[in-house]
Formats: sequence, C-alpha cells, structure tokens
Amino acid sequence: MTTLQDPVIAPDPTIQPATRRFGAGTGSRAVIGFGLAAVALFGLAPVVLGDFRLGLLAKYLCLAIVAVGIGLAWGRGGMLTLGQGVFFGLGGYAMAMHLKLTDAGPGQLPDFMQLYGQLDTLPWWWKPFASPAFALAATVLLPMLVALLLGLLIFRRRVRGAYFAILSQALCAALAIFLIGQQGTTGGTNGLTDIQGFFGYDLNDPLNRRTVYFVVAAALLAVLGIAWQLMRSRYGELLVAVRDGEERVRFLGYDPANVKLVAYVVAAGMAGLAGALFVPAVGIISPAMIGVVPSIEFVIGVAVGGRAGLVGPALGAIAVAWARTALSERLPSAWTYFEGLLFILPVVFLPGGLASLAVLLRRRTAKKEVAA
Amino acid sequence: MFRIPGRRSAAIVAAVAAFATLTACGAKTTDSATTSGAGATIDTSGSSVKVGLLNSLSGTMAISEVTVRDSLKLAIDEINAAGGVLGKQIAPVSEDGGSDWPTFAEKAQKLISQDKVAAVFGCWTSASRKAVKPVFEKNKSLLFYPVQYEGLEQSPYIFYTGATTNQQIVPGLDYLKAQGKTSLYLVGSDYVFPRTANKIIKAYAEANGMKVLGEDYAPLGSTEFSTIVNKVKASGAAAVFNTLNGDSNVAFFKEYKSAGLTAASMPVVSVSIAEEEVKSIGTQYLAGQLTAWNYYQTTPGAANEKFVKAYKAKYGADKPTSDPMEAAYTSVYLWKAMVEKAGSFEVEKVKAASAAGGITYDAPEGKVTVDGATQHIFKTARIGKVGDDGLITEVWNSGEPIKPDPFLKGYPWATGLS
Repeated sequence: MTTLQDPVIAPDPTIQPATRRFGAGTGSRAVIGFGLAAVALFGLAPVVLGDFRLGLLAKYLCLAIVAVGIGLAWGRGGMLTLGQGVFFGLGGYAMAMHLKLTDAGPGQLPDFMQLYGQLDTLPWWWKPFASPAFALAATVLLPMLVALLLGLLIFRRRVRGAYFAILSQALCAALAIFLIGQQGTTGGTNGLTDIQGFFGYDLNDPLNRRTVYFVVAAALLAVLGIAWQLMRSRYGELLVAVRDGEERVRFLGYDPANVKLVAYVVAAGMAGLAGALFVPAVGIISPAMIGVVPSIEFVIGVAVGGRAGLVGPALGAIAVAWARTALSERLPSAWTYFEGLLFILPVVFLPGGLASLAVLLRRRTAKKEVAA
Repeated sequence: MFRIPGRRSAAIVAAVAAFATLTACGAKTTDSATTSGAGATIDTSGSSVKVGLLNSLSGTMAISEVTVRDSLKLAIDEINAAGGVLGKQIAPVSEDGGSDWPTFAEKAQKLISQDKVAAVFGCWTSASRKAVKPVFEKNKSLLFYPVQYEGLEQSPYIFYTGATTNQQIVPGLDYLKAQGKTSLYLVGSDYVFPRTANKIIKAYAEANGMKVLGEDYAPLGSTEFSTIVNKVKASGAAAVFNTLNGDSNVAFFKEYKSAGLTAASMPVVSVSIAEEEVKSIGTQYLAGQLTAWNYYQTTPGAANEKFVKAYKAKYGADKPTSDPMEAAYTSVYLWKAMVEKAGSFEVEKVKAASAAGGITYDAPEGKVTVDGATQHIFKTARIGKVGDDGLITEVWNSGEPIKPDPFLKGYPWATGLS
C-alpha cells in the first residue's frame, strides 16, 4: 500500500485544514472542480449528446457511483472490495421490484411470475416493495444494513487482505446462484426486465429518459460530495492511517474495526444507490450484473482511474465503460484484446492510475520552471 | 468527529444547489413531455439498406453465436449476389453482445437509433432475448430470433425462427414414449430454458403415465458432475432428458461414460447439442445418444445440399452446419420474402405482410411457413442419433411441419403452465 504520494498526516487538530493536501484537493479548488463537473454533466453533455449516447452516459455514471464507494473503501481504507456486486444487486433488485409491481398494477402479479412462478399471491417478501417510500429507502439502507452485519463479523475478527477479498467474492457468487435458483420469484437468469415506468413517468418517453440521466448525474455529484467530506475530515485521515498501519492505529487507542466499518458501509450504500439508478437508466437488473465478474470489473475501473483520489475512481469507471462501448462498436470481433491492453498498460506504467497523470505532468512543469 | 469549516460548507451548499436545480429542471422536462416513442426510422436513402447482426462475439456464448453470425452473413451475401432486396443491397452492421444481457440491450438500441437498421438478426440465450425485447417493442423495430427456446412468449416485434417447445421438446417426449420409456431423469443447466422445459416435461410425464425420478440443475459452466451422474445411475431411470448447455456437456458425458452408463442402457436425449457441440464434446462420449432438433447437416434435400456446400466453401470444409445456424440463415430469407411481399422495409407493413399469411421459404430443413398469428414458423421435428463420424442422422421425424404453439394451448395437460 505505497501508492499514495501524499504524506500521511497524523490527526492533529492544530493543523489548519488549508494546509492539508490530500488527493481530494483544497476547498476552493474542490468547489471549482464541482462546478466544472456540474457544467459538464448538466450543461455540456445533454446538448452535445443525442438521446442514445446520453442514455449510455447515464449507465456509465451509475458505474461511477459504485466506483466512488470503492475508492473510499479500497483506495482510502485498503479493503479490496471485490464484492460490490452484492450491494449493487440489492439496490437494483429493490428498485426493480417496486417498478415491476407498479407496472403490474395493484393486486396484480408481475409478468414473469405469472409465466414461471405459477403463483396465486405475491410472496410475502415482495409485498413491502409496493410502497415507493419503503423501496426507495431499501435501495440504500438494505445494502448498508447487510454491509454493517457483514462488516461487524469480518472486521472484528480482523479478517484482512486476500481473505476479505475471497469472502466478498463468495458472497457475490452465493447471491447470484440464489437469485437464479428462485426463477419463479426473482426472474432467474433473466432478471427483472421490461420495466415500463419510473414513479409514474413513462420510460418509453425520450424526455423522461433524459430526466433519468439528470437524476443519475445529480446523484453522482452528491456521492462525490459525501466522499469528499469524508476524505477531508479527521475520520478520513484515520481511515488512511488504518490502511497504512492498522496495528499502529490500534496502539494509538482507536478501534480500526469501527473505522473500516464506516467506509465499508458507506461504500455499500453508494453501490446500492447506483444499482437502484441503473434500473431505470438501463431497464434491466439480472444476476449477471451482481456476480463475480462484474464485481471485479467495478474494481478494474477504479484501478485504471487511480484508487486513492476522489475523482480518479469515478473517471476511471466512466473511461473504462466508455472505452468498452467505443472499442466494441468499432472492432466487434477483436475489441476484447484492446480492452485487455487498456487494463494492463495503466497498471504497469501508471500505478497511480489515470488521475496520477495530472500529478506527474504538474511535477514535470514544476521542474522545468525551477530549471529555467 | 466531522468538523465542517467554512469552505467545506460552501462546497456542500454548491453541491446541494447543483443537485436541486438539476432535479428541478429535470422535473420541468417531464412536465412538458407529450410525445411518446414513435416507430423506428429506417434509413433507406442510399442504394443499400442496413440490417443489424447482434451476436456474442466475445464471452462464454461466442463459440456458438459466431457460427450464427457467419450463417447470417452467408445468407446476406447470397441475397446481395442475386440482386438484393427491393433493388437494394443489404449492408450488415455487426455488434458484439459480449454474452452480457445489458450489453445486448445497449447494442440493440444502438443499431436501431444510430444505424437505423431495417431489422436485427440474432440473440441466443433467453436472457439476452428478454433483455432486448423491451428495446424492440419500445422502438417498434424488428428482431429475428434464430434459436429454439422455452416458449411462453409472443412479442409483436420478434419473429421466432427456431423451435418452440411443441416443435422440439414435446416431440422428443413423444419419441421416448413410443420407445416404451416410462421413467425419466432430468438434468439441466441452471437458467430459464432448462427450468421451464422441465416444468413442461413434468406436466407431460404426469399426463402420459411416465415417472420423473429426479431433477438436477448445475450452474452454467459447471464441470463437476460426479454427484449428479451417481444420482442418475442410482435412480435406474429408463432415459435422461438433458438440457445442459455449453461446456457442462463435456464433463457430464465423460462422467456418464466412466460411470458405465451407455446409450443402450440409459439413452440421453439432448436438446442443446448440435453438430458443433458434438465436435467439441468428443464423438467417443456421444456416439449413439439422441438429440431433438428440426435440422441436421445430414437432412436430405437440394436446399440443404446447397446450404452446406456454400457454408463449407466460405468458412472451411471442416465446419459443420447446425440447427441454430440453419434457422438464422432461413430468417434472413424469410425477412426478404416479407419485405418483398410488403413492397416496403417499413416495420408495420412487413408485419402486416406476414400476418396476411403465405410467407414461405424452401429452407435447408424443408419448406417452412410463417404463422402470422404467433410470428413463429411451422417446423418439422426431427429426432437424431449421433454417429461415429460426429454427424447426427435422423431416426424419426414428425412427418409434416408442426404448427407453432408457444403457449401450448393445444395440449390439455399443459393448461396450468402459462
């Protein structure tokens, strides 16, 4: 865990916030950054991109929301979260269940249940999702609750490193297999598809699909804001300290388990939110999106972008997803090789990710100025 | 723990303000929303018309779906060489579904709205079809789906040129019943097609005095079959109905043979093993076992001789032809026939031409007719036996094309199924 260039600063209340320089940037710069991001997402993208491309961007932004959480838990907290698919899936299914119930109408069963389930009544665990308030809350709180219970078990027992990653992956596989097995009540491998409306708005309408994009973009900014606050707070410093020297932090009198738990639970909530927004943006949630492979793909985006910063993970996730679409459209038969290269090159030549490119360039120019 | 000094709160305010304004303007756009998705536009301006080929060219399904893409291209080349459709050359746009269902949906949307294709051909797994179905319905655009599937579906914007259950699974069961097999063991991969197929098989068995002695599912891609094969062996079933997909078949049949089970002692009827798969599983494990399809490379007839010859000339003499490949090849010709009857590429006119009836084509599998009501096609069921040369030879056929019945309405025993 030596990729962070900035020195770790001990939680010393006498140090002024302005002198702290983490990847998150200083206050005024961050405000400018947020402003630019808002202009790009809300001003530029909707004007430049057509309906189809904007819809794709909405999908990428959902992945970016997951990435922000991973950046916090892995980049800052050192927990290699290879199981975010579980939380993404819980959020996605919670949202899709509500939307399917709304599509079906009151008292009716969703279409796939009539086909495969041969049920007369709705299963009891579907019933609460008919309420929009419950479903909305569940998209974020359910993943957080699961993460809390899991985290309590894992971190208290000091499970770390590869064991933590393996455990996360096993959980993904388990949830995917469970969902596939319960075809009658979960849609099986097909997942929940054919979603027509979003809280009363018809998703067939291109204007409503644009609105979904705006909701996703706003959510990404909000999530970035939360992550930025956490990273800049004393808690953020403690988290980095736990990552770099868990035992030392313990000897200082903190409980590293609690520190890690907060980041893990927040990251899970972000993944759940992303899953919930993915459903109206893409129109489908299925076990294929929550299993082992997609969970690894979430992390790849973060690694490519640079895991320790604030914007690195989000940019990485968007860049990887965009490159996937662009490459596969141009080279339908050979694009996977190029995608592989795209993963290898940054890891080998730019271990800090794409975000460290800016730092490198700045150092270069600084050196030149000194020389001149 | 979290102190929030001035600058931070300023940033929060900025973020929240951005969020608020944007959700607000989002709401405004919804309020003024009046138009709803009109039909897809098709670009017919040039001397050619585009069609989409949507297959997995990467990922686990690529091995099967690439062969479908190849036969689609063969049909398109043949039609172009003969003058095209309505005087226009067909320009295929190929997209990779990547064995990933949201990607299928994304690419389908891209083909419709960016390329403005007249029709899309492709998809293999039911999950990919379910993922793109709303896209085609939303955009009022056409999909031709070339693979046998579990039925229970009838989208107004999809033409199904593979078999539905009453053209493959039910005839397979009829054949076993005629052979005097009274007990079955069901083995399948864990996804929609096997689970739905087995539901139908159990209903059939109950009505026809057959016993289902066991039902086991393996995760897609699983290669651990010793437990399942032991259970199959211990059950003493008269036959096995196999809906395993892909690689799992290799492991299953190896284990089956090493457990001492043979085609003579306990035959296996497979519905997802065609010529291409026989090659990869190994003839020594499969020789003598049964398959249920609508087409084999060995199916007699001049149309098939021409198809097999053309395919081998284009892609290599060692490449076999199979049922989904034939159904894909046929789907392009059926689309051509519909467009020519309609005199237009417009989706609604093409659909109307099909609904009026009489769209036929002398396919390699024999003459096929589109059933305008269900948008499935009449197909002859054929039971085949795997030979030592890796080819499948027909041992029984239904005599005439069977009318498609995706919801099994014509079968009293199937009333509770849909």
